[in-house]
Formats: sequence, structure tokens, C-alpha cells
Amino acid sequence: MKGMSLIVKTITNIVIGFIFIFGVYIILHGHLTPGGGFAGGVIIAGVFILKFLAFGSGAKSEKKSLNIASIFESIGGLLFIGIAISGLLLAGTFFLNFLPKGTPLHLLSAGIIPFCNIAISIKVGAGLFSIFLALAAMKYVMED
Amino acid sequence: MIELYLFLAFMIIAAIVATEIKDLLSAVISLGAVGFSVAIMFILIQAPDLAIVQIVIEVLTIVIFIAVISRTTHIDETIGKKLSSTHICAIVLYAFFTILFLIVMFRSLQEIPDFGNPIMKIASEYIKLGLPKTGGANIVADVILDFRALDTLGEATVLFTSVIGVVALMRKSGRKK
Amino acid sequence: MIVFASCIILFLIGLYAVVTKRNLIKIAIGFALIEYAINLLFAFVGFKRGALAPIITQLDTPHNFVDPIPQALVLTAIVIALGTTALMLTIIMRIYNRYKTFDIAEIRKLRG
Repeated sequence: MKGMSLIVKTITNIVIGFIFIFGVYIILHGHLTPGGGFAGGVIIAGVFILKFLAFGSGAKSEKKSLNIASIFESIGGLLFIGIAISGLLLAGTFFLNFLPKGTPLHLLSAGIIPFCNIAISIKVGAGLFSIFLALAAMKYVMED
Repeated sequence: MIELYLFLAFMIIAAIVATEIKDLLSAVISLGAVGFSVAIMFILIQAPDLAIVQIVIEVLTIVIFIAVISRTTHIDETIGKKLSSTHICAIVLYAFFTILFLIVMFRSLQEIPDFGNPIMKIASEYIKLGLPKTGGANIVADVILDFRALDTLGEATVLFTSVIGVVALMRKSGRKK
Repeated sequence: MIVFASCIILFLIGLYAVVTKRNLIKIAIGFALIEYAINLLFAFVGFKRGALAPIITQLDTPHNFVDPIPQALVLTAIVIALGTTALMLTIIMRIYNRYKTFDIAEIRKLRG
């Protein structure tokens, strides 16, 4: 997959960090403000998609990125189920909010909800990024 | 609420353009216009969570559609061709189903509450108990990750399955003669 | 009433594309339109006139919020919609590689 022009590359280098930080902010404040795991995960997937579209890459690095994205998606799914099962083991109910609630309207509150947000963001972001890699960047299909 | 009606009209016009235009790239961009007007309407009906998710997902949808079109062709060669008998049959079937559907929808729209006055029998409980029970200030996040977390687990499973399907279908191995 | 009716019109436009179009990409676009129509109708049902978004910002004031349950259900449905659309487009791309056309009438003729 070919890269784009110099203007696009320079602008991408400038904005890419800000978009990533915005995605992390959306995830971590998911229980206080609009947003959450779904939106933040897709924004972080968008960072990597922007990088791939602007700079381009060879077939080898695409294969490697797909493998890494698959691993991260599995990690996200296992984290989410792990939180659910730890509720079952520690307190007796699947998906029980077993952590202390904290003071309302502060960052460290709401028990398991921030951790669920992080797990879902990893899962959704890695999944959508691997969909993009398989559909848009791979050269496999057009060879035959 | 005049702006809501304006965006609804814009959405319907863009949807008609998306289904009828000859160039597939223009059709996909019209689909994007529909999606973004849906996102703005989500803001107008006080659903900022939905608006954020809809905007980012819409961008990704357009990227995937354009990736497919740029690797195949972007002319819809079926428009303007002579109608075959199956096609006429499909249109007749569609007209019949539309009439049936409109009758059913008209009767069921009498049943659901008017626009702007929901019943909120369960929702009032969620709003009242959301902050004391879970500690989260965003009630939507409380509902999807605490009260109805199994729903989210099912969603994660569906997304996982579709990712597996896409990656497995685009592999080169497994197609050896 | 007009608001719900326009969602139904959008649904019918999408169904028209799915049933009568012969191009595979147009059929995928029709499915996407149907998904938007369902999500929008569901979110409209929970709207309350004069209410705020369901996010608590002050602890001691009485809450006047829109219905959060349709928003929570639609939030997951939007993400699933992208997954199903991507799977559909993958199969469409495979079909194009094999038959070199998007026309379903041609594909039916070339089968075998």
C-alpha cells in the first residue's frame, strides 16, 4: 500500500498524538462524561488507520500488524470476561460491581466500570483495526 | 424542533440519492451524508454518547466502503439495463410488502407513546438508582456496563465473530487448488 | 408522528434497495440504511421534551433526563452494524474476484 504526499505526512505527524490522547481521555472518563469504551476504542483504531493510510507500508509489516492486533483483541476479550468472573468468584454474582464505589463525580469511582471501559476499548479498537487491515491493506485477494 | 425536521428531510433525500445514483463512489458519499445527519439528530435528541460513536463508526464505514470500491470498480453497470422478469417480480413483491408494512406500522404507531413523552417506567428506576448503586455519573455507561453487562458481552461476541469471518475470508491460504 | 414516519420511510428506501437493486454494493448500502433507520427510530422513542442528556453533573438537584435504555441498546447496535457491514463487504469482494462483476443477474447466469 502506497503512502500519500508530503503535506499529508507532515500534518499526520502533528495531529496523531493529540488524537491518541483524546481517545485515552474519552476512555478513562467514560463513567463521568459522554463517551466510553466503544467510542474511545474506535478513535484509537482511527489513529492507526490514519498512520497506515498516510505513510503506507509493505506487505510484511501489514501481516505483523494483523497478528499483533489479533493478540490485543484476544487480550481485551479475556480482560472483560476476567472482570466478570472475578465478580463471580469474589462476591458470588457474574458481573457484580465488587470494587468500592468511591466518591461520586471523581475519576476514581464507579467500581469496575472504568476497567470494563478499558477492556472494551482494547477489544473494539483492535477488532476494527484488524477489519481495516484485512479489507483495505492486504494484497492477498487481488493476486489471483 | 424545526432543525430536526430539516435534518430528517435531508436524510431522506440523501438516502434516495444513495440508492439511485450511477457512480458507486457518489453513492457511498451519500450514505455518509445520511450517517452524519443521523449523528447530528442524536445530538438534537440529547444523546451525546450515541453521537460520538455514530460519527467515528461512520468514518470507518466510509473508509471500508471506499477501500472495497477502489480495489474493484466504481461504475454501477446495472442501471439503465432492460428489466428482466425476476426484476419486475421483485418490484411487485416490494410494492405488496410496502402496503402490508404501512398498514402494520400505522396500527402500531397508535400504540407507542407520542414523540417527546416516553413512558419511562424502568428508566426512572435506573436514573434514581444509577449513582447510588454503581457510582458512575453517566447513566448510559451504568446501564451498558453494570445493569445490562451481559448485553455488552453478547455484543463483544458478535464483533469477535465478524472479525474472525473477515480475516478468514481474506486469507490467501486455504484457496490452494 | 412525522418523526417516526420519516424513520419508516428511510427503512422502506433501504428495503427497496435490498429487494430490487441488482448491484451488490447497492444492496450493502441498503442494509446500512435499514440499520440507521432502526437505530434512529429506537432513539426517538426515548426522547423526552425539555429533558437533558442522562449524565449527572450536580448531586443535589432533581434529575430530568431522557430515557437512557434505548440509548444503551442502540450504542451496542451501532458497533455491531459496522461488523456485519464489513463481513458483507468481504464476501462481496470475494464474489467480484471470482466473477469480475457486481451484477447479481450475471452471477446467477455464470454459476456452474
